[in-house]
This record gives sequence, C-alpha cells and structure tokens, in this order.
Amino acid sequence: MRSPLRRRYTAPLAILAVAGLALAGCAEAEDTGSTGDQTVRISGGITGGEADALNKSFEQFTKDTGIKVVYTGDKSFEGNIVTKVSGGSAPDIAIVPQPGLLKTLVDTGEVKEAGEETEANVDKNWSPDWKKYGTFDGKFYAAPMLANIKGYVWYSPAAFKEWGVSVPTTFQEVLDLTKTIQEKTGTAPWCAGFASDAASGWPGTDWIEDLVLRQSGPDVYDQWVAGDVKFTDPEIKEAFDAVGEILKNPAYVNAGYGDVKSINSTAFGDVAAKVADGSCALTHQASFLSANFLDVKTAAGATPTVGPDGDVYGFVLPGIEADAANIEVGGEFVTPFSDSEAVQKATAYMATPEFADIRVGLGGVISANLNADPSKASSPLLQDAMKLLQDPNTTVRFDGSDLMPSTVGAGSFWKGMVSWIDGKDTDTVLSDIQAGYDN
Amino acid sequence: MIADTLIDDRSKRQIARANAKSEKTAQARLTSRGATIVAVIIAIFWTIPTFGLFVTSFRPGADTQSTGWWTVFTDPSFTLDNYSQALNSGGTALTLAQSFINSLGITIPATVFPLVIASLAAYAFAWIDFKGKNIVFVGVFALQIVPIQMALVPLLSLFSKGLTVNGVGIFPGFELRDAEHSFATVWIAHAIFALPLAIFMLHNFISEIPGEVIEAARVDGAGHGQMFFRIVLPLATPAIASFAIFQFLWVWNDLLVATIFAPSSSLPLTQTLNSLSGTWGNQWFLQSAGAFISIIVPLIVFFSLQRFFVRGLLAGATKG
Repeated sequence: MRSPLRRRYTAPLAILAVAGLALAGCAEAEDTGSTGDQTVRISGGITGGEADALNKSFEQFTKDTGIKVVYTGDKSFEGNIVTKVSGGSAPDIAIVPQPGLLKTLVDTGEVKEAGEETEANVDKNWSPDWKKYGTFDGKFYAAPMLANIKGYVWYSPAAFKEWGVSVPTTFQEVLDLTKTIQEKTGTAPWCAGFASDAASGWPGTDWIEDLVLRQSGPDVYDQWVAGDVKFTDPEIKEAFDAVGEILKNPAYVNAGYGDVKSINSTAFGDVAAKVADGSCALTHQASFLSANFLDVKTAAGATPTVGPDGDVYGFVLPGIEADAANIEVGGEFVTPFSDSEAVQKATAYMATPEFADIRVGLGGVISANLNADPSKASSPLLQDAMKLLQDPNTTVRFDGSDLMPSTVGAGSFWKGMVSWIDGKDTDTVLSDIQAGYDN
Repeated sequence: MIADTLIDDRSKRQIARANAKSEKTAQARLTSRGATIVAVIIAIFWTIPTFGLFVTSFRPGADTQSTGWWTVFTDPSFTLDNYSQALNSGGTALTLAQSFINSLGITIPATVFPLVIASLAAYAFAWIDFKGKNIVFVGVFALQIVPIQMALVPLLSLFSKGLTVNGVGIFPGFELRDAEHSFATVWIAHAIFALPLAIFMLHNFISEIPGEVIEAARVDGAGHGQMFFRIVLPLATPAIASFAIFQFLWVWNDLLVATIFAPSSSLPLTQTLNSLSGTWGNQWFLQSAGAFISIIVPLIVFFSLQRFFVRGLLAGATKG
C-alpha cells in the first residue's frame, strides 16, 4: 500500500513545489538587482510627454551625485497613492498635486518632514504662501515643484485685430467684449468643456473660484475654502451669477459644439482645437492649455503659434477693477516618504532654481520659484505667467477645490457644476454643494 | 491500464454525444434567416466604435483633434506615426514596448498558477471525501463576494510589512520595494483573486463527470494522482481552457491590481496605455494606437482557444 499512497500525493505536491520554487526564485533572483539607497523612486500623476521631461530633468543631478532618480507616472495617482501608503508600499517621493490630498497623506504618519537643506531652499526660493501649503501643524513636509496659473482666457490675437477689439482689463469689459464679438460674428463667442471622466466638472470650479477671488477678494476666498463662508452665502452666489452670464447664456456658448448642455459632453482639452481653428473666440482654462495647442491645427492646417501676435494667446481673466492682480494657481508638492540621504538630496535639489530652470527649459511648464529664470520658459505666455508668479504684488491663492475636503472639492462641487450647466437652478445647486460637507 | 483508457474513451464519447445533440438544436434555432440578419446587424453596430478607433489610430494627431474619423472616406490621410510614437514614448518610466513584455511576464504565470491550484482543489472538493468539505467549499465560494478593493490594503501591507501577531513573526514580508522587475507580488495577488471563481467553476464541471467512471478507475487500483491526471484533467480540458481565456483576458486588461502591487519597473501595458495621453489628455490619439497594440495578444489567445471557449462557456454553469 505504500507506493499508491505515495503516488497519490507526489504529483500535486510536485506541481505545488514547482510553482512555489518559481515564485521564490523570481523573488530572490531579482531582489539582487536592487541598488540600495542610491535610487530614488518618485511617483505622481504627471504622465505623457511631461513625465518624460521630468525624468530628463534629473540627468544633471544624477551626473553630479550618482543618485539615480526614476519617475513613474500614474493617471489614477490620487486614488492609488493613499492605498499604497496605507499598505506600507509608498514610493520614496510622491509628487502630490493637491494640498488636500497632501494633508490626507500626512495624517497617515508616513510622510517624513522635509530635511533642513530642503527647507532652507524653500525659504530662499519661494514665497511664504507656497511654503504654507506644504506645512501642517507647524511642521514643514512638502516643497512646491511646478505651478500653473488658472484663469487664463485663450483667444486669437489675429481675430481680435480683425474685429477691432482689444484685451479687456476689467470683468465688465469681458462681458462687453463677449457681446461685441457675438454681434459681429453672429455666433457664440465662448466655448467650454467640463468633461473629464470621473473628475467632470472641475473646469467649472476654476471659473467660480476665479470669480470669488476677484469679486470678493482673498480674505473671503480663504474663509470660503476653510468652510466658514458657505456656498449658500451671497458672495458665492454672486460668483455663480457672474459666470452664469456667460456659461448659461445660449447666445454666448458653446462655440463649435452646440448648446449650453454640450459643455458637459465636451472634454476639457478638446476646446483647444476649436480655438485654434477659429470656430471659438474665447475659452477659459489654465496655462497648461498651451500644451494642447501643440497637437491641433489652425483653419489653414498649420500648427498654431502661441504668441501675442500669433494664432492663439491668453490673458489672465481680469479683476472687477483694472490692475487687481489676484490670481488662482495650481501646483505640485514634493512629498518625501523616506528620510534617507539620497531622498533628502533629491528633495533639496528639486527646490533649487537650477532644477526649476532645467525643467522649465524643457518646455510646457512654469515654476513659482522666485529665483528661476522666466526667460527659460518655452513660450511668451509662459514667460509672462512666470513673471506674474514672481511679482511680489501678485496675490496668489491655491485652487480652492483642491484645498476643500474631498467630499466637497472633489465631490459635490464637481457634480454641482455639471448639474448647474444641465439647467438646475443656482440656489438648489448651491445647497447641494454645501451638503457635501455633511458627507 | 486498458480499463482506464476504455473508460476514458467511453465517457468522452458520452459527453461528446450530449454536446452534439444540444449543439444541433441550438444550431437549428440560430441559423434561420431572420436570426442571421439580426446577428449581422448587431455585429455591424457593435463593431463601429472599434472600427472608428482603428481608423483614428492611423490618422495624424492634429486631424483627430479637429474632425471625426468618418472624414477619412472623403479626405483620406494616414500615418504610422501614432504607432511608432506610442511604442517608444511611454509617458512614464517605461515605454509601451517594455511594458508589453512586462504584461506577458505578469499574465502567463498569473493564468497558470490559479489554474493549477484550482483544478487540484476542484478535484478534491468533488471526489475526495473529507470532513467539513461542504463548509470549506461554501467558504471558498463566499470569498467571491469580497470586492478586490477591500483586499488591496491588507494584502499590500502583508507583502511589504509582513505579519506579526503578538510579537510573533508569522510572515516576514517581501523585501521587494526596491527590486527591479519583480512580478511575484502581482502573481500572488492575481492568483488569490482568481481562485474562488476558478475553484467553483471547475468544481461544477469536474463533479459532473459520471461517478461510474471514477469508481471504475478506483476499482482498477488508480490513486488520486492517476485519476486526476488520466481521467479528470482530459475530461475537464474545455472547462480549464475556457477559464484560462477568462483569466488571461482579465489579467491582461487589469490595471488596478498591477498598479498597486507591481514595482515601477514591472508595470504592465495597461498602465503605460493609460498614461499615453499625457497629464492633460492632449495626446489621446496615441491611446488609439496603443489600444490596438495591446489588443493583439488577447486576440491571438481568443482565436486559438476559441473552440474550447464556446464549449466551455456553458461548462459548470448549469447542473444536469
């Protein structure tokens, strides 16, 4: 009886053993490939060409220090990083685009404080506003990296010349300009796109934030972001009404696409194509939209030139009064999950003007680093944007929906914008958004 | 030995006969003219979006941004740029071509491991009597209800931190955080997530093998090993093959599990494909090319195993 019994178990056991060996073998064999502390792994939500550029901007650093930096982009970074950090598998550094998310990560206790050198670099090179967003409970964790300015209005300088109109300097002039263009062309002047998969509606939140910041000023804006001024308060309703004068007016939108509701079905990046080919006169989007103009065509079939006399250009949405420089910005924060020497060196380097110059020089982005060289930026628009960020007279406020609790800033506010465009009345939308605080 | 093969052949014939009978009735119903026309119309409508994507993948990027794919019929202009760009720029640490290899490295073992374990387990549940068999089987089946998302954090922390209960180290955890090209965690995760359904489906199929066949083999002196390899495995091939297709497609198309568990150098195709369009989605036309690069392997797998698939689809789904 011995042999059948043994036979009975040998085959399955052998299979299991082989499978086990294969697993163990792979795990061990490849473990030796690790280069220890000398590789810094960064992950973030930046993907595509910008990720390639980011990887490239560490070449000099690697040459100087011997520390390898590998950046991995992930489109669904915002959701995955929380899982990875709570599972104990955080990258060495995460590039976090939202202070709200940064706070969630700091609350897990896994984020390490920025090293002394990094903090010194940030003190030297950034305005206190920016440092504040990386500081929690008096401890400084995350240095800012790149920036973008929200609230640009993209237009065609050539068409403006043809219509005999100029860039407006107050919000009232924007409305007048809209009316003029509408009368001259007989079509809607503005186009907008709110569609962005799960994040649909965010381009609308930028509109509202821009108007709150301009109409009611930075103090009300701060209180609003902190939750002290409610969505149902008159200041916020005023901003919705102002935006509604454009976005909910069937005569003013949605150029090149259709009626007001088509805003919800248009992808936020697609409007670049309509601005470039002339079917849309004005669109409101952050400075990053300049990247979208690289892959579109003008009516004549050429790649549009971005410049004050080119095919497309942008002006910052003006304030209620002329020369009031309140701008809304977005940006990323370099969040270390390790305090090894290599990581500290890398974060310190990323806070220097040298890093900003290299990355900005590779094109498409700007930095709020005060000592970076604006002339390195890849287009006149980005150069102006960088100068604006470095100007001490500019009041900078971070994107409000990124600062609010995620149930509002990445939840009811986004959804509210979508249903507002769908035709829901402003008061209902505002109380719906406010209700997000109770979730 | 002779008895083995005889029984083998007979039961194979039995099953083949039953299959042929039901195939015939189905064929009669499905080949009427009306049904054919409806099927063709549905097929055309279902293929239009894929066809549109296919056309888009050959159009210059700037064209894609301004006009729809149907304009190629009046104004044709094609390019292979999208494909070469997509293959060589990944938009993350890897290029699409590199992650293609990673995908193969993840998918093949992640299909084989659960199948090996599940077919053994299914055999045990069906033909070996042991105490608590039913409870354990219900328990395994019930695991299907646990959503993957709930298991991510605990499993990840098991992998990276290990498990310690009351100061006693039970499992040390893998030191894989900095490892290059390590797939072990992804394989294990995929195997774990696939097992409940695999065991359930294969069990239903394997338990349907006529009891006389198994008994005859036992009388002839076959042990469990022999019965498994000589009787059960050959008879269960359609079910195993169809589950292999399921599992292969699921792992090949998986983004979540791989993104969470794989180190950055081992990320699969889906991750690079997802990143191709860039932060602001301005290069989404590259994704159309990337999608067709990634579709090749599942197509090969599907067409080469198709004959099992149709037969095996119903396997284990119904009893009697």
